[in-house]
Amino acid sequence: MDVQIAREMGLNESEYQKVLDILGRQPTITELGMFAVMWSEHCGYKYSRPVLALFKNYKEAQEQGALENAGVIPLDDKYGIVFKIESHNHPSAVEPFQGAATGVGGILRDIFTMGARPIANLNSLRFGPLDNPRNRYLFEHVVAGISHYGNCVGVPTVAGEVYFHPCYNGNPLVNAMAVGLVELDKVASAAAKGVGNPVIYVGSATGKDGIHGATFASVELGPDSESKRPNVQMGDPFMEKLLIEATLEALATGCVVGIQDMGAAGLTCSTCETSAKAGTGMEIEVRKVPLREADMTAYEIMLSESQERMLCIAQKGTEQTIIDVFHKWGLSAVVVGVVTDDGLVRVFDNGEIVAEVPGKALTDMCPTYYLETEEPQYIRELQAFDLESIAQPIKGGFKGDWTAQVAEWLGAKVDSNAFTCEEALIRILDSPSVASKEWVTLQYDSMVQTQTVHIPGADAAVLRIRGSAKGIALKIDGNGRYGYLDPYVGGQIAVVEAARNVVCVGARPAAVTDNLNFANPEKPTGFWQFRRSVEGLASATEALGTPVVSGNVSFYNETAEGPIFPTPTIGMLGILDSISKHCQPGFRGEGDTIVLLTAYDDPTGGVGGSEYLSLLHGVEAGVPPRVDLDGEKRLHDLILSCMGDGLFASCHDVSDGGLAVNLAESAMLGEIGALVLINPAEISAAALLFGEAQGRIVVTIRNEKQWKNLQARAAERNIRAIWIGTVGGDNLRLAVGPDILTDIPVATLAQVSKNAIPRRMNVHTHTETTA
Amino acid sequence: MSTAPTAERPAEKSGKRPRFAVVRFPGSNCDQDAYFAIKNVLNCPVDYVWHQDKSLRGFDVVVLPGGFSYGDYLRCGAVARFSNIMDAVIAHAERGGYVFGTCNGFQVLCEAHLLPGALVRNSGCQFRCQHVHLKVENTDTPFTNAYKVDQTIKIPIAHGEGCYIADDATLQELESASRVLFRYSNEKGRVTPESNPNGSLNNIAGIANAKFNVVGMMPHPERACEKILGSSDGLGLFTSLVKAFALR
Repeated sequence: MDVQIAREMGLNESEYQKVLDILGRQPTITELGMFAVMWSEHCGYKYSRPVLALFKNYKEAQEQGALENAGVIPLDDKYGIVFKIESHNHPSAVEPFQGAATGVGGILRDIFTMGARPIANLNSLRFGPLDNPRNRYLFEHVVAGISHYGNCVGVPTVAGEVYFHPCYNGNPLVNAMAVGLVELDKVASAAAKGVGNPVIYVGSATGKDGIHGATFASVELGPDSESKRPNVQMGDPFMEKLLIEATLEALATGCVVGIQDMGAAGLTCSTCETSAKAGTGMEIEVRKVPLREADMTAYEIMLSESQERMLCIAQKGTEQTIIDVFHKWGLSAVVVGVVTDDGLVRVFDNGEIVAEVPGKALTDMCPTYYLETEEPQYIRELQAFDLESIAQPIKGGFKGDWTAQVAEWLGAKVDSNAFTCEEALIRILDSPSVASKEWVTLQYDSMVQTQTVHIPGADAAVLRIRGSAKGIALKIDGNGRYGYLDPYVGGQIAVVEAARNVVCVGARPAAVTDNLNFANPEKPTGFWQFRRSVEGLASATEALGTPVVSGNVSFYNETAEGPIFPTPTIGMLGILDSISKHCQPGFRGEGDTIVLLTAYDDPTGGVGGSEYLSLLHGVEAGVPPRVDLDGEKRLHDLILSCMGDGLFASCHDVSDGGLAVNLAESAMLGEIGALVLINPAEISAAALLFGEAQGRIVVTIRNEKQWKNLQARAAERNIRAIWIGTVGGDNLRLAVGPDILTDIPVATLAQVSKNAIPRRMNVHTHTETTA
Repeated sequence: MSTAPTAERPAEKSGKRPRFAVVRFPGSNCDQDAYFAIKNVLNCPVDYVWHQDKSLRGFDVVVLPGGFSYGDYLRCGAVARFSNIMDAVIAHAERGGYVFGTCNGFQVLCEAHLLPGALVRNSGCQFRCQHVHLKVENTDTPFTNAYKVDQTIKIPIAHGEGCYIADDATLQELESASRVLFRYSNEKGRVTPESNPNGSLNNIAGIANAKFNVVGMMPHPERACEKILGSSDGLGLFTSLVKAFALR
């Protein structure tokens, strides 16, 4: 055993020395493998842990030793919501179908091992542009993998986001989030308490797949990544569905002391974490573990990441009761070990000790690093970009054959110095990042469990909870471009945007789970981005009162082409105190009044880092939109107060693509046009239509009385409410003073938006959508 | 349960109410939805029946729910037909009892030859989940008597293998005997190629057996029983059964 082998497993020299110090001897190969995988960034958070302490409740939980698998947010007196997000970026880069599928499976197990029934899946996906066949392949197969797994396990996929940008070439991001419903007094523990209690192995047999998967996740992707394909696990959603039902039934017997998923680092992680958490030890015999291949070594068995397996600690004497439940569901369940009192994880191979390691050495004693940070040079240069130097869109008013005109525009490259507002809007709606995601969402079962109130397409998903008067809203959100230009503000925007989204459907933002997707932390510029981003997230979540209750860090998202944009993804949970008060984004009735609510001003108009700037000018520069956290809170308060009294016919937040895209989306969803007249202002046409200034929401109301009511409430909260137009007609007409900026049939907008992804995937949808 | 709108409850106040069985195969995932709709919205007695059980004694309506029975690994519904409970389901059908299969349940009924034809991969090759419109073709059956002739209803689909196929003779028999109960249509009830989400022959969404006591359909009426879910048009199927049972 030498340093060389340790290095190949991912441990550096000083870490190897630390292993020698802890053991006081040379490690066995099995022990070394266990240390390597547990001390990887993926399992041990050795680089991110000191920074994550910026999240107040993470720090508190860490200090109290109460970092559970996921946090529990109370819904009502009886139920709580648990939710968590996890990345499967690297596996998906290599084997997109299985990588994405097992991402869903892993996060679901984190939820139901808490004793919660999984009630929703969400996902956040990022790929390189679709003009590249490899990216199309990754996109198609990631979506198919999620669809395959989520649909089969019977958990609806209710919301998500998909972005495309060259920085994700070869390194897609696949973040899967799962949400569960748990009875508050029945939350399951992941601690192996009770010396002498039997340790039961449950689920699929162990194979050679996924060995060192966690280590694989902790290095950059390179030309040899393809050879890592065997490191990717295979998923079996049917097995998972049985595990869900059997686990919930087993927990209901009251005989289970502790339970944990075997995810990253498999048996190693579950044995040492459950025993370390309880302050106990554990002995297991690897030859009792059900194996797919008989010739597996102890090393392979301890490190396998085969899917759909769990470790269950039973009350002594009740093991048969538990085993019977799993057998009823056709699952194997075998006693493989016992809880001990010596703090050691002891692994036997046919009675012979092959590993004997203090459990806490693998978990709590994982080395942590305070890495250097350095602001990347590009930041100041890009932020200094002069927005005045670019041409403004000219007014529209095209009359003629829209289909032909759209085809002409989209068939050619834009002339950045001469385009109309109409061309700009069409191009933005044709951008796969902004366009309708129907091509994706129709492949997901979004309605199973009959709790889905809003199908995908709204600002946030809304679920009624069978058996409760309350409901929940769910949203997943992030914007890498903002993070690239200013990771601090980018982090803040990810949070405030997700919060605004749940507010727009009528929910009070309650808590956050985050997936931090970053580049190599060992590079000071990469770590600076990470640190600044987390600072931004921490400030925003604290100000909004939405604690970060769970999360995941994914580093090393870079290829030979370079690093990804800093991309924190925020999963936001909102609570609807009354499910009947939910609201939706589509325009409703002819003659409804359109009101723009603005919480605070942004002198830049939000053009910096916008989709418009990138798409029409090929520029990714400037400062991202400004965030005023207090303003956001005032806006939440106003919206929720009005919705409580049923004031709004529709409500939709202004985000990517700005006001023009916001109005277009509401028009498309409502299948009705609008006439919007804006007073000439000092703001440029680009900023007015396509600026992504934060703190803005567009609502529609039905009559004069409601308008007065809204004005009064807005004034009380120092929010500007401007009557900007009226719902009606077949076209989306936007005018400033006498100038028509856009006058486009809503049907044309919808066609462009719906075809954006299919036309790139060469898939022709020939079905009417009636939803 | 506050979610049960009283206006949508069945009209029959007196008379006997049918007792429903919801069969659970390993991998069923719409069983709990069907159970909830029957119990909390329809207000009828309902119990789960495990796939290894051998009897359906005491039940009036048997529901085969959606999902992925046995993982659907061989062919959708192909393994489920060999489970213990299917002998009882076949016997129940032969006695004239009502059997209703949605989605995977429809596939199981075809595999068990309680219904003719087969369900294959959607023509677009992808899984599709969306609300669709159906034209109710025959309202003179125990499963559709609550609907009006030619009524258009909105009900979701969620399947990857819902393309209905059958040989010409079978199709002709289905059509001439009015055994096609539901056809994919547009919002106005027109049966068009564009409104066919999966390539089913003759836009067929649901069919009955010759005695009209066994029905299978790909769309999910149990997902469309409450307005808050976007449609309550699916409830009619269940209220039809309640009415038919009371008049029996």
